[in-house]
Amino acid sequence: MKEELQAIQQEALAKVEEVNDLKELQATKVNYLGKKGSLTQVLRGMGKLSPEERPVIGEIANQVRETITNAIEEKNTILENAALEEKLQAEAIDVTLPGRPVKVGGPHLLTKVIEEIEDLFIGMGYEVREGPEVETDYFNFEALNLPKDHPARDMQDSFYLTNELLLRTHTSPVQARTMQEFKGEKGFKMICPGKVYRRDTDDATHSHQFTQIEGLYVDKDVKMSDLKGVLNVFAKKMFGEDRRIRLRPSFFPFTEPSVEMDISCKVCDGKGCSVCKGTGWIEILGAGMVHPNVLEMGGYDPKEYSGFAFGMGPERIAMLKYGVNDIRQFYLNDSRFLKQFHQA
Amino acid sequence: MLVSLNWLKEYVDIDGISPEELAEKVTKSGIEVDNVEYIAEESSNVVIGHVKSCEKHPNADKLNLCQVDVGEETLQIICGAPNVRQGQKVAVAKPGAVLPGNFKIKRAKLRGVESNGMICSLSELGFSEKHIPKEFAEGIFVFPEDAPVGENVQPILNATDAILEFDLTPNRADCLSMLGVAYEVGALLDKPVKLPSEEIKASNEKAEDYISVKVESEELNPYYGAFVIKDVEIKPSPLWMQNYLLAAGIRPINNVVDITNYVLLEYGQPLHAFDYDRLNSKEIVVRTAKQDEKIVTLDDVERTLTAENLVITNGQVPVALAGVMGGANSEVTSKTKNILLEAAFFNSISVRKTVKATGLRSESSTRFEKGIDPNRVKRAGLRACHLLEQYAAGTVLDGVVEFDVLDRTEKKVEMDTKTINARLGTEIDSDEIATILERLQFDYERNDENFVVSAPTRRGDITIFEDMLEEVARIYGYDNLPYTLPTGAGTAGGLTKNQTLRRAVKNYLEGVGLMETRTYSLTSEAYIQKLVSQEIKDLNPQPISLAMPMSEDHKYLRLSILPELLKTLSYNLARNQANLAYYEIGSIFITDEKELTKQPHEQLRLSGAVTGKWLEHLWQQENKKVDFYVVKGIVEGLFEHLELPLAVEQAQLPDMHPGRTASLLLHDKVIGFIGQLHPLLEKEMDLKETYVFDINMEAVLEAHEHVPSYTQIPRYPSVTRDIAFILDEKVNAGDVKATIEEIGAPLVKQVQVFDLYKGENLPEGKKSVAYSLLYQDPEKTLVDEEVEKSYQSIIEAVNEKHQAYVRS
Ligand SMILES: [Zn+2]
Repeated sequence: MKEELQAIQQEALAKVEEVNDLKELQATKVNYLGKKGSLTQVLRGMGKLSPEERPVIGEIANQVRETITNAIEEKNTILENAALEEKLQAEAIDVTLPGRPVKVGGPHLLTKVIEEIEDLFIGMGYEVREGPEVETDYFNFEALNLPKDHPARDMQDSFYLTNELLLRTHTSPVQARTMQEFKGEKGFKMICPGKVYRRDTDDATHSHQFTQIEGLYVDKDVKMSDLKGVLNVFAKKMFGEDRRIRLRPSFFPFTEPSVEMDISCKVCDGKGCSVCKGTGWIEILGAGMVHPNVLEMGGYDPKEYSGFAFGMGPERIAMLKYGVNDIRQFYLNDSRFLKQFHQA
Repeated sequence: MLVSLNWLKEYVDIDGISPEELAEKVTKSGIEVDNVEYIAEESSNVVIGHVKSCEKHPNADKLNLCQVDVGEETLQIICGAPNVRQGQKVAVAKPGAVLPGNFKIKRAKLRGVESNGMICSLSELGFSEKHIPKEFAEGIFVFPEDAPVGENVQPILNATDAILEFDLTPNRADCLSMLGVAYEVGALLDKPVKLPSEEIKASNEKAEDYISVKVESEELNPYYGAFVIKDVEIKPSPLWMQNYLLAAGIRPINNVVDITNYVLLEYGQPLHAFDYDRLNSKEIVVRTAKQDEKIVTLDDVERTLTAENLVITNGQVPVALAGVMGGANSEVTSKTKNILLEAAFFNSISVRKTVKATGLRSESSTRFEKGIDPNRVKRAGLRACHLLEQYAAGTVLDGVVEFDVLDRTEKKVEMDTKTINARLGTEIDSDEIATILERLQFDYERNDENFVVSAPTRRGDITIFEDMLEEVARIYGYDNLPYTLPTGAGTAGGLTKNQTLRRAVKNYLEGVGLMETRTYSLTSEAYIQKLVSQEIKDLNPQPISLAMPMSEDHKYLRLSILPELLKTLSYNLARNQANLAYYEIGSIFITDEKELTKQPHEQLRLSGAVTGKWLEHLWQQENKKVDFYVVKGIVEGLFEHLELPLAVEQAQLPDMHPGRTASLLLHDKVIGFIGQLHPLLEKEMDLKETYVFDINMEAVLEAHEHVPSYTQIPRYPSVTRDIAFILDEKVNAGDVKATIEEIGAPLVKQVQVFDLYKGENLPEGKKSVAYSLLYQDPEKTLVDEEVEKSYQSIIEAVNEKHQAYVRS
């Protein structure tokens, strides 16, 4: 019987070795180890053995079963792995085909520039304030030291609705409104972004509607050198650490002294080129120390308080920073233009 | 203001500084120099020659053979210019001369005859077109008879001059004169100013015997000075004067007119010369015009006047529009013998009104409008008389006949070193401030740190301390100011709640695929009433139009963002950009006043417009077209994001698709709408199928008050039940959902539509809508019976309310 068992083992192992698919392996398992399998058949004859032989043969039979079982399991793992491998191979895809698109929009370039400036000044302690786009003649002009018949009113031909109401020509009225709100009682820092309107024919450099950001700091002992310092921080953060600024005297009815701020030309680094018309400098914004008449009309005593104000055009800044060469692009909303500035 | 540097040199020493350096200095001190221009390019060895004879070339019809005396020798020159004549003084490029473009002049033979040089036109001498007098535009330049033979032409033609273009701010009217510029440049270079001569020869005759002056409106004309000059000889003015006028952009006419213009530019004081004999009167009366009074001005246009206009009359009729233009009836002509010269001070506002009414803006009126120096009025008259003596052979009669109530006092401005430094952030000492005042040529009294400055009348812009602060700062140099940062009490700064929320809304919209736009607030008559939301219409808004629009396209303040937004869609479609998802946040302008008396309400709105494909993934054959539910999803998502309850109700609006439009409601109030554009509007605006939304942002921002806080995550499992109802097609799925939510509360936490079916296996006019119900009890695990009970009561209620039954 021992020989019989060994023969079965040999035969079974050979068979397992030979088998190449999972089904056949399963059949092989049944053939040898199943209820009607050859090993089971042989073991049925155990009863005929002597009590001394039984444990010996039993031992051998268990070994044979274990050996065959192990072999089958081993083979099973091999075949299963092979089958999985085959399946995965069949599932291969072309990873170079495009992915499913995600719909993403984005902000308008002007919003991007405005928010960048807002955040910069918020960091320096400025509040963001807003005001109406339809203004009174009083807040747009008179409270800013531009009485009726003032020649400087010609500088900004305006869209009047009635004799007393107009589309604001600058965001400066928010200065006057803020001062009157605080009643001359405390110092404050604020910036005011917004839409403004002027009687200009739309072309590459003019737009009847555009945006402006006004800044105002009023307190005791505000100095002109503070203005220079703040504008310097702004210019470097906005245009790059290597930019230099230059202040030139200028004229605005609501500031005295008044300044115009230039930054050194990025293209030629101040040597002079076609971009800066040979001067080495590019005009960025207007600013100045708040005119005592403006402080007074705002309820602030010019003997006690002083302040500085600045005003800039986000369109101009965007044009310089991003190389946009036609102001009308900001209002055409060509999707090919808008998309260019959606990246982070 | 065009500033000729050669002319400027007559008053201030600018040697040793290049035009470009000077331009830079002036710019940095407050007057922008826009341009530096040279009159002519370099040339050498060109002298004045005298054409002794001029004959036809023996072998060429169009050429002339000239003998030209150039001082040391006489040159035979062949000249092709049509205007060369015997006896002329001309510019001769001698052999060896180099003309612009490195053009060398050599001895040559032309058609067999020797030619030793060239007679030049101004353009051959490198003059730019605008500096060439018209009469010499075609052909050679001819000098006045007294031009010195053999002399270098360059200085005589002012060829080496450079012109700086000053872009003056309104406060610097003082630099509308060469003298004003001289004071400015003198201050910058620390150089004195040399004043021109106003000397006049004595005369036995008195001007007052020839003219009297009466001013009826002394407020508008506080000074009027009349000079009488007899026996003038009208002829061209001297070449140097013509050159300076050309450099300043003024065309020379004759000596009398040129002298008044020259003094205008020199002193900044407008003058007017009348033909004394043509005045037909011995009096000048200045008064306001009578209503509908007429005058023919120098440009031969008849002007009808009003009481707003100040006129100069001969006692009867107007002979000039004060400060603006003379009358044709008293114009100086080539026959003029005697002159009445006016030097006056006219009120700037009055002149501006006349300019506005007549549209006549001139070098004179501009100066009156911006304000002239009261101390220079009479002096300018004297200066002109001096020049008329010199260059018009006139006899200036003794005395000036004047009306004079003009205030010539200088403004006193107090300042002190401490305040100056406190305001500028500098440490300038008092002596340095004194030096600055001296450079500016301002008189002052000083008591240690305290100054009282007398602002000269030429600087009418200086009236208060801050004006002097700017003067000190700019001469000290803005470059020399230190950089400091404010040291005052810190403020927090930041965005308001409203501004923060607006940014969140923008981020959401951009995150779900919309692009932000910025359109115009001004729209056209055709669009002002279009796509206005119902709740705005209910306010009876009146169109607000500009008093003087520049175009029909931008005439009215918008009542909806949508029309202009849709225009940008159409713009893009025309450029093959078909898939667009746009939004804009901005104000609309609401008033119910027909005649606006107060500011309109500016309401912040959010509008969106979407067209084309929403998603496109070609190789997976996936093409999701935009439809109502895409846009609705965006809006629903926004309200979910803001934790605000949104209700949507079928609605009708003009210009919107009648079956695909809905009102948006927040707390039972309409706050906007959503839907597809009416196909007719789509067609009118060249659009494809387009879906829009329009929301009152102001209401949304106000309603928002949610501050996120932690809610316990449910610990007990939830149960999902699905249910499909067969409904009449007209029944809204949303109404059924509302019933389910109402009956299912509080256990039903969420109801979602997950299937919609119409067609086979369903009766005509019916649809099946399937809902997924989420049951949850935060306190315990749900029991089957509870859910079943609720489920049954929902079925009953829906059946009763919507005549719906469960699909099995
Ligand atoms: Zn440059």
